[in-house]
Amino acid sequence: MIARTSFAALGLALGMAGTVGVAHAERLIVSVSNHRVTVTPNYSGEELVLFGSVEKDASAPTHRAGYDLVVTVAGPRADMVTRRKERKFGIWINTDYRQFLQVPSYLALFANRPFDAIASPEVERRQQLGLNNVLLTQRVGPDYADVVPNDAFRSAFVRLRSEHGLYREDTSAVTFLTPTLFRTGIPLPAEVPIGTYDVEIKLFADGALLTRTETAFEIVKVGFEQFVATSARQNGFIYGLVTAAMALMTGWMASIVFRKD
Amino acid sequence: MQLYLPIAEIPVNIFVILAMGAAVGFVSGMFGIGGGFLMTPLLIFIGITPAVAVASVASHIAASSFSGALTYWRRRAIDPALAAVLLCGGTIGTALGVWTFTLLRSLGQLDLMIALAYVVLLTTVGGLMCWEGLRAMMRVRRGIAVPMRRSGSRGWIHGLPLKMRFKRSKIYLSVIPVVTVGAIIGFIGAVMGIGGGFILVPIMIYLLRVPTSTVIGTSMVLTLVTMLFATMLHAVTNHLVDAVLALILMIGGVTGAQFGARAGQKIRGEHLRLLLGCIILAVGIRFAIELVIRPGDLFTIRESGVAG
Repeated sequence: MIARTSFAALGLALGMAGTVGVAHAERLIVSVSNHRVTVTPNYSGEELVLFGSVEKDASAPTHRAGYDLVVTVAGPRADMVTRRKERKFGIWINTDYRQFLQVPSYLALFANRPFDAIASPEVERRQQLGLNNVLLTQRVGPDYADVVPNDAFRSAFVRLRSEHGLYREDTSAVTFLTPTLFRTGIPLPAEVPIGTYDVEIKLFADGALLTRTETAFEIVKVGFEQFVATSARQNGFIYGLVTAAMALMTGWMASIVFRKD
Repeated sequence: MQLYLPIAEIPVNIFVILAMGAAVGFVSGMFGIGGGFLMTPLLIFIGITPAVAVASVASHIAASSFSGALTYWRRRAIDPALAAVLLCGGTIGTALGVWTFTLLRSLGQLDLMIALAYVVLLTTVGGLMCWEGLRAMMRVRRGIAVPMRRSGSRGWIHGLPLKMRFKRSKIYLSVIPVVTVGAIIGFIGAVMGIGGGFILVPIMIYLLRVPTSTVIGTSMVLTLVTMLFATMLHAVTNHLVDAVLALILMIGGVTGAQFGARAGQKIRGEHLRLLLGCIILAVGIRFAIELVIRPGDLFTIRESGVAG
């Protein structure tokens, strides 16, 4: 089952790389070490490995100084609210808030060297290189838009996600083992949300995008925890009954075990 | 040993939670209270969101009050009629409480309201109990006989209509204040994640004049049913009850309670009240400090779930 999933995903990745590669002299072949990460009760974080190589055909110019690579990993998207506390009547309370619409719950941006060195600011913005350039849609009044990177809510949002290891940017994470063979680690902390993770790999040379490819992996929770979480969400009534029954059982057992008379 | 809590969605050390359950159980056994007012804050302090803490503690309190209620039932220290009337109000109050909880949560003010409610309730009750306990100790030290404060004067409560005879408690009382008290306890219990025993018992003794022989057992029945009801409602409406967390707390709690009960019998009544008052006051002040000092981070993120 797992083998079949990973084979399908790899096939997909290869297929996509193939179609994109037609127009270019270079194409990317990538794979992740595991296409299905299972979060078990004692899961305390894990690191996936993404590896791949740059395939050149005869038409590729030989004088290229070197390749640059940017890997974007985006977790399942969700709506989030960022709230700001302010001092009112002597106590700190939530006052202003901003809604972030369909933003990735996990976001990692990796490169082999700083984004500024890879491309011009214009290309960085267009290709969403770096946490400052990634599109995080906010609801601003009746409009939907992203705001400037130093906006108080946006930077607080990125900072808080980063503190939990859920948003990260590392411009030395991608290493070229040979001029065309590369690898990078994708750290997945204990709090990773479950769902499908899209991985986008972009190849740059001389400040311009050459080609891109995509792959994906899935994070699933297995075992008792997942069963509990699912039933709490889907069968709230039965879940409540079982919890209540559990409380009564525990109380009853205690009164039997510790009975003094 | 690390354990991942499915609903709270954080990994915790199972022994920390067990120890917390046992410690709170010890205190609750010692004073004959549910201990929710200590358990919920402790869970919040270790990083569980107030919403999940409140919802999960409800089932924990149900377990401990059930084991207590069974003991009191065997001793015939429960007044079924009084419990039934209290419950009429209790269920209405709980339903209103869970509804308010859901509303506040959608407004993003739930954490603040929980904290505020704790500050107001705990500092008031704790302060009164400390004062009362200190005065009682002073009187004992001066050698003055402590007069029982059950004065024979019949207050306005006893003039209300719809009177009913509660046989086992040997009181003749209007159902209006009983239902009201039940509703208030049910409401604050559902919103704050407390059983409310530490407020209910004094109210029943001083206001409703319920004799001490039936007061604790009867209050436990109210706590049991309102907390079971709250567990159900929190599970159905907010999906926030963490059964794994609750089970660990229950096991720690019921065990600790047994030792607490034994320790409690060795301490004198007024010392016990003073001690409990101090604990309640301390928790209240802890919440107050949290509200007044500048938080480490002004921003918080929460998944809003529903789009648009």
